[in-house]
Amino acid sequence: MTLIDKKLNRRSFLKVSTLAGGGMMLSFSWLAGCKPTAEEVLTMPDEWFTINSYIKIGENGAVTLFNPNPEFGQNVKTSLPMILADELDVDWKNVFVEQADFYPERFERQFTGGSNSVRSSWKPLRTAGATARYMLINAAAQTWNVPAGEITTSTGMLEHKSSGKKAGYGELASLAGTLEAPDPEAVKLKENADFKIIGNSKKNVDGAKIVTGKPLFALDHKVEGMKYAAIVHPPAFGMKLKSFDKSSVTSLPGIQDAFEVKVFKDDYGRNFFDTTTFPEIIAIVGNSTWEVMQAKKKLNVEWEKAPDSTFPMAGRGGQNMDIKVPGGLENSAAHKEKMAEYITKPGNVQRKDGDPEGAFKKAARVLERTYTAPFLAHNTMEPMNAFADVKGDKAVIYGPTQAPESIMNALSSSLGLPKENIQINLARMGGGFGRRAYSHHLVEAALISQKIQAPVKMVYSREDDMSAGVYRPTYSATYRAALDENNNLLALHIKAGGIPESPLHANRFPAGAIDNYLAEGWQIESNITIGAFRAPRSNFIAGAEQSFLDELAEEMGKDPIEFRLELLKRAETNPVGERNDYDPKRYAGVLELVREKSNWSSVPNGISRGVSAYFCHNSYVAEVIDVSIKDNQPVVENVFAAVDCGIVVNPDAAANMGEGAIVDGIGNAFYGEMAFENGVPTKTNFDKYRMIRHSEAPKKIEVHFVESTEDPTGLGEPLFPPVFAALGNSLYKATGKRLYDQPFQPQIMQMENLRM
Amino acid sequence: MAQYNLSINGKLMNVDVDPNTPLLWVLRDHLDLVGTKFGCGIAQCGACTVHIDGEAVRSCSYPVSVIEDKKVVTIEGLSEKGDHPVQKAWLEHDVPQCGYCQSGQIMTAASLLAENPNPTDEEISYAMNGNICRCGTYTRIKAAIKTASKSL
Repeated sequence: MTLIDKKLNRRSFLKVSTLAGGGMMLSFSWLAGCKPTAEEVLTMPDEWFTINSYIKIGENGAVTLFNPNPEFGQNVKTSLPMILADELDVDWKNVFVEQADFYPERFERQFTGGSNSVRSSWKPLRTAGATARYMLINAAAQTWNVPAGEITTSTGMLEHKSSGKKAGYGELASLAGTLEAPDPEAVKLKENADFKIIGNSKKNVDGAKIVTGKPLFALDHKVEGMKYAAIVHPPAFGMKLKSFDKSSVTSLPGIQDAFEVKVFKDDYGRNFFDTTTFPEIIAIVGNSTWEVMQAKKKLNVEWEKAPDSTFPMAGRGGQNMDIKVPGGLENSAAHKEKMAEYITKPGNVQRKDGDPEGAFKKAARVLERTYTAPFLAHNTMEPMNAFADVKGDKAVIYGPTQAPESIMNALSSSLGLPKENIQINLARMGGGFGRRAYSHHLVEAALISQKIQAPVKMVYSREDDMSAGVYRPTYSATYRAALDENNNLLALHIKAGGIPESPLHANRFPAGAIDNYLAEGWQIESNITIGAFRAPRSNFIAGAEQSFLDELAEEMGKDPIEFRLELLKRAETNPVGERNDYDPKRYAGVLELVREKSNWSSVPNGISRGVSAYFCHNSYVAEVIDVSIKDNQPVVENVFAAVDCGIVVNPDAAANMGEGAIVDGIGNAFYGEMAFENGVPTKTNFDKYRMIRHSEAPKKIEVHFVESTEDPTGLGEPLFPPVFAALGNSLYKATGKRLYDQPFQPQIMQMENLRM
Repeated sequence: MAQYNLSINGKLMNVDVDPNTPLLWVLRDHLDLVGTKFGCGIAQCGACTVHIDGEAVRSCSYPVSVIEDKKVVTIEGLSEKGDHPVQKAWLEHDVPQCGYCQSGQIMTAASLLAENPNPTDEEISYAMNGNICRCGTYTRIKAAIKTASKSL
């Protein structure tokens, strides 16, 4: 994270102030002036930045740590303050954690995504905690007239041993607040061995509120005089509003108004996260959620086919570029045919090592397999919603968003208000998984409130939510391996694409381990909107790659873990090419750990076992999945995961997140699928869209972390991608059939007698 | 619109709503009891689970007109101090991730344990199958139910 290192050498970002009621407040904004360009954001959606927070110490010694990043279940509201508290050297029991609102003057990056919260906040938060401690020491030195170097701290207490002087942080906080912030280089960080809070599990700071049903989510928000709004959007991709009859609903009980909402202005240059499927929707406003939802069904509305269209996307240097949205009503069957066609055409070469064409020509055998996966809906348990109160030239928005900064431009443009007049308060989110990086729902609520000049809470029905797009794309990947007559691997060829993006990561494993290597990508345009979904692209390509390597190992007569380790050894000792995105040793480390923890070679009776490993978000994960067959159906018995994500801040919460990612992967591998008929999503609620349920979760999940002194890397996403192949490979052992197409369950249903 | 006297968490509450209004929205919009969550509206996800006369039901599909004379308990009324054995077990196992589905999970679990204080793994799975957790905390939910079961 060189960007952060550079910024740590500047001192302009720190601001210390005294609190009105006494005490000190330290604000910091490490990445000030380091905003990525629009183009960088476009090309690096995996590399998101999230940095900032502040510390408040009251005169009574109470320490409030503000969590800057939006919380959607990844537990940053606990883990980020843990990092601060450790360096500050306070007792976790005396720490209060509050959710910071969106505050660009104080916080530069408030983004949840890309498994980046802990990894990019690690050094800044530690430095901030240590800086506050340093200033408290200096305040004590000044007060006691002793050298600062002789003062020690211990859990919120300052002490000068030789004179016997002691004070709590709170007593010196007001004075500390008047001191100049030091250069970060003067501030010494703890040695890893001295961590007291980091690495020791702390419970979720919101746990008690969650289990007692306290209001925490935007959907729980209510103010005096608040109205309720529902939306009606076109029934299909490729359709738009023609006309509607307002009087069909305004006479219904409790209904105040119905009107069209145009989410973005025509000339507004959108950013990467301004995705919206339906830029024109109808809002119905009334006195209660139930009444506006009932009115939706009564609305007389006509839709029409949308022609090809364009919208402006903000490009570099303020120049907008036109992004095309093709017209037409798309079908899943046609998607499949088109994707099959692209497999036979040349793609865009993204990496080539050696002479792959030559190697395939002289191959004794070629193994070729194609893998596919469908569109997926995020299906956060809390549907899209937002509260907004726009009156005159001021707006307050309270909504579930992973990316408040990304929606600010749109809010400002659509409302016609300067950004400084718009306040976004960050709600705990009922799930995100990438979906809430696209915050059009905040704009919609704000426009509705502006129109009625009253506070409003807008809520999508489940059907609105599931059929509003921003899905995980559908993908295809074809892997070819050239083998000589002695079963040596001569070359590997990947051709991967999707609608509307390619899942290819050309410089990831097994690139670097194979002399002759070719990676090609392709994409097909579509009007179906897509967005980040837990480990974008990796969530598909990992399954394809690791299933293929499993089959290849079998072809070559090798143990699947041993085969991967051989490739990694090659990448370590004699790497092919210069740009290999992974560290082969750490990769091998998780495979070795999962081999040990799963007792790989002694498979229990009645169990079929598969393995998979993947690297993404700078972390390494290997997983072994055990399945059995009961009543002719596969049952996931055990999952063993080995994770190298550097130092683990909050181990039990990290394990929880890992368990969740594994369950999520199993669910999507077996059941996840969104399909289209004439542009209409075929599933709009949980009666049709099958989600993994309690009885389908693994009986046991073990998440093992590699002991590490490396700085933390991503965690929320990396356990998800390896699941698909570990499951597919174990199902192959259980059924004798390789599964090439997700979801797996429909194919399993067609297998009559599963062998066991 | 019609007047209803409802017994919610041991208190008598009066609302004036359309008779078809689901209990879920009466709780959330009219009585400000927002611990009961909206997830699907068709009794498929369990986020809106409450107890009616001790039985776990989906409040999104239960019209207010049929619950007069019945006793409704929501997550807010499960215990006075948030110390029902299920709530305590949830904290001990640090079950929640996003937390949105957890009131429903807890209400279903509490109802299961009230009927069957020592459920088997299969009985837990069967009882909990109507409650979706998108974050995938199922293994912790099972562990917490077993812990709660021991303390009953």
